[in-house]
Formats: sequence, structure tokens, C-alpha cells
Amino acid sequence: MSSTTALHAKHLEAGAKMVDFFGWDMPINYGSQIEEHHAVRQDAGMFDVSHMTIVDVKGAQAKAYLQYLLANDVAKLKDKGKALYSGMLNEEGGVVDDLIVYHFDETNYRLVVNSATREKDMNWLMSKAEGFDVTITERPEFAMIAVQGPNAKEKAATLFSAAQKEAVAGMKPFFGVQAEDLFIATTGYTGEAGYEIMVPAEQAESFWQALLDAGVKPCGLGARDTLRLEAGMNLYGQDMDETVSPLAANMGWTITWEPAERDFVGRKALEAQREAGTDKLVGLVMTEKGVLRHGLKVKTESGEGVITSGTFSPTLGHSIAMARVPSDVGETVEVEMRKKWVTVKVVKPSFVRNGKSVL
Amino acid sequence: MSNIPTDLRYAATHEWVRPEGDGVFTVGISEHAQGLLGDMVFVDLPDVGDAVSTGDDVCVAESVKAASDVYAPISGEIVAINEDLEDSPELVNSDPYGDGWLFKIKADDAAEVEGLLDAEGYENSIDEE
Repeated sequence: MSSTTALHAKHLEAGAKMVDFFGWDMPINYGSQIEEHHAVRQDAGMFDVSHMTIVDVKGAQAKAYLQYLLANDVAKLKDKGKALYSGMLNEEGGVVDDLIVYHFDETNYRLVVNSATREKDMNWLMSKAEGFDVTITERPEFAMIAVQGPNAKEKAATLFSAAQKEAVAGMKPFFGVQAEDLFIATTGYTGEAGYEIMVPAEQAESFWQALLDAGVKPCGLGARDTLRLEAGMNLYGQDMDETVSPLAANMGWTITWEPAERDFVGRKALEAQREAGTDKLVGLVMTEKGVLRHGLKVKTESGEGVITSGTFSPTLGHSIAMARVPSDVGETVEVEMRKKWVTVKVVKPSFVRNGKSVL
Repeated sequence: MSNIPTDLRYAATHEWVRPEGDGVFTVGISEHAQGLLGDMVFVDLPDVGDAVSTGDDVCVAESVKAASDVYAPISGEIVAINEDLEDSPELVNSDPYGDGWLFKIKADDAAEVEGLLDAEGYENSIDEE
């Protein structure tokens, strides 16, 4: 049995090509994945991300619990609505999942975790809550729509009430606000400006339709993947998982080491990894014909690596990838492509931001 | 369902073949095949003058999703390639039986084409997938 989101009928109505995504029947594209990609880079596109798991964490010890649960430190969050990206690690220092946490106050937080790992994550959240005065509540009654692109905010705002417009006026990136029946956040997974909007499931269809009428193009999981990869954003299960250190997944910046007294799950293992050194995640660029793909072997002067995510970049017109390689990798590596070894360039794992190449 | 012109012949590996006269045949991939592959990003064509045998992998159609071999549906010599695909590989998606053609073969034995599937046979082979 596959699960469907509140927008399933809208996808079928639009002629979407549907695929199974970890038990969810989701749109991979509505015709052309590349056109959808360009719509987000150049105008405004929207994604049904209702399959993602929304979890509220409340209680007197909500802050202490999250400081223990997450490698990043929610104590950094001072302003109401401010969001933080973090890994949730296991005792071995592997990544159980990556997530976004919104801070409302020290007793009230909201998490958004991946859908593919929903059951594992819920069990993990519950098991780590032992001894903390917190309540953990899943919020499946919300649909979630990501509206992304240079014109996304303007187009989405045409649907907002006066109060909602006021609530988001001047809101900086990586904030979220509850405004009447919408939770509106300046977050995303594309490298463009925009909103991720939580809307009560029963209103999701009419909200989606209103966005369509406002000229926002529906985009599927295919474009979502090429957009996030161009932006250098990790995909859980590909670029990292329970066996991969966040230090080897370009997530070092999400680890808050200080204060040293803060004990968080995986800290000891992580300190040992830092001491011993780990592989690192780099970007690869190939301007010749062909497409770098997940799982391809990489050869460097100091050992082997692997491509964790690879694709054709519609914005750049050639292939890009992320690869986990030995930390002293040089300026180029060799990749085995269709039985031939090809030399490709090593870059920082970020390729496109706000519609423009950062190479 | 999928558009399968009745005036063409097909290989079970999704290539179509159109007679152009003088033993020359145009080859492309079916609408069904381009739909499975998704947006095309590169097409690596054979060279004019290549001698090919039935079943050889002569061309690579690379989409956002996967790189897929295209096989020679008949034996012969490559006498033309679709150079427009260099800049516009998406023609394979938008017009698979027209501007999205891949290459032309001068058949060693034009009768070999008679052994390929007709539209109905190809449709049956898709249904069995």
C-alpha cells in the first residue's frame, strides 16, 4: 500500500508521472523535469513536500532534550521563529537523519524530518526523550508546499491575508512564523529564495490551485533533486547515512563543539573521528559529455572515493556531482565512466546559488 | 497509450526504422522509450562510415535519469547522423519519430528489416514489459 498526500488528485489532474518514493506515490515530473528546474531558477515553482514529517516538541525540558538530541545547538536560537539545520547522530557518530528545527520559545519547537526515515526517526526521538519532560507529537494534519524561485515570494504573497503579509514582511532567511492558519517559513531545498508553507490538509488543494493560478509551476521530485544538488545540499540516504560521519558529509559546520560540557548523542565518537581525520565531501565538475552518477567509483592520488550524488546540471549545461573522497584530495580526480577513466575537476560542493553559477 | 506509427518497423529494444529508399533506413527511438528515459541531455552518436552489425551498441542516449545504449536494429553502414542533437538533444523527447531521429543506415541486406516487429508486434512487446 502506498501513501498519498492531500495533493495527490491535483498531481494526477496535472498529468504528473508518479513514482514510488519510500512508500509515497509522488510526482517525479509533470512533463519535463528540466523545464521545471528552469522555472525555479528563473521564475517560481512549487513542490508538494507533504510527505515530510512535521514533529512538535514541547515541554519544560524541550530545549535540554534537543541540546542532547542534536549535534547543532538549539541554544543558538534566540529569536522567535529562527530555524537551525542539524544532524541527529547515533552513538557511533553516524547520521540518523538531517532536519530543520524551528524555535518558538525554550519550551516549544517544531522539527521537519525526512519522510523516507519517518518511522526510524519517530522511534529515535521517542527513545532519546526518556528522562526528559517533553511531549513529541507528529502533525500529519498539515500538508506542506515549497514555493521556490526569484518570483516565488511575490507570487505566493498574492494568496496571503493582510495579517499573513504583515507576518512575513521583512522576514530573514531561515525563519518560520505561524500566521493565521498557515505556517510560513523562509526555508527551502533549491538554493533560491522562497517559502515552505504548512497548510491544513483540507485546504491544500485550493491553496495549490491558487498558486497555479498565480503562475507558479508545479515541479516534481526530479527537479527537486537537480536543484538541491546544484545548491550543494545533501540528500539523506545518498550523501550521508548512519554509517557516515557528518565530518565526511560536509556537515562540519552544523556541529556545535562549544561548550565542551554539552553532551549530545554521538559526541564522543565524533571527537574521535575529528582526531583521527575523516574523508570529506567535495564537488565534482565534468564539462565533457556524459553524466556523473551516484555510486561511480572515484580514484585520487591518496585512495579511492565514491560519487554520492551526480546529475546533469540544467543551469550549467554539464554534469556535476558530490563525492566522498580522502581529505587530501588534489585538484582533479579520475572517475570511471562507461569503462573509461575520465579526469574531472574538484570544487567546493556548491554549484549554483540564486540562479547563478558559483563555480 | 503510446504513439506507435504503423508505417515503421521496430526492434524490441525500442528502436524504430523507416525506409528512405535505396536501402537506406532512418533509425530513432520510440516515444515509449523516450518517455521511460525522461529529458535527454546528451546523445552520443556513431561516426558516419562506421560498419555496424545487428545488436551492436552504436549510440548512447543519456537522460537526466540514465545512460541508455541504442542498438543497431539492422546491419550496414552509418551514412548520416543527426547533428542537430548535439545542441538540442531534447528533440528526441519532443519529436522522437521526426526531428529527433538518430542516424541512417545503408543496409547490407534490406530484407533484414522485414524481420523486425511491426507496430502491433512492438505494442505487444511493450505490454509484456
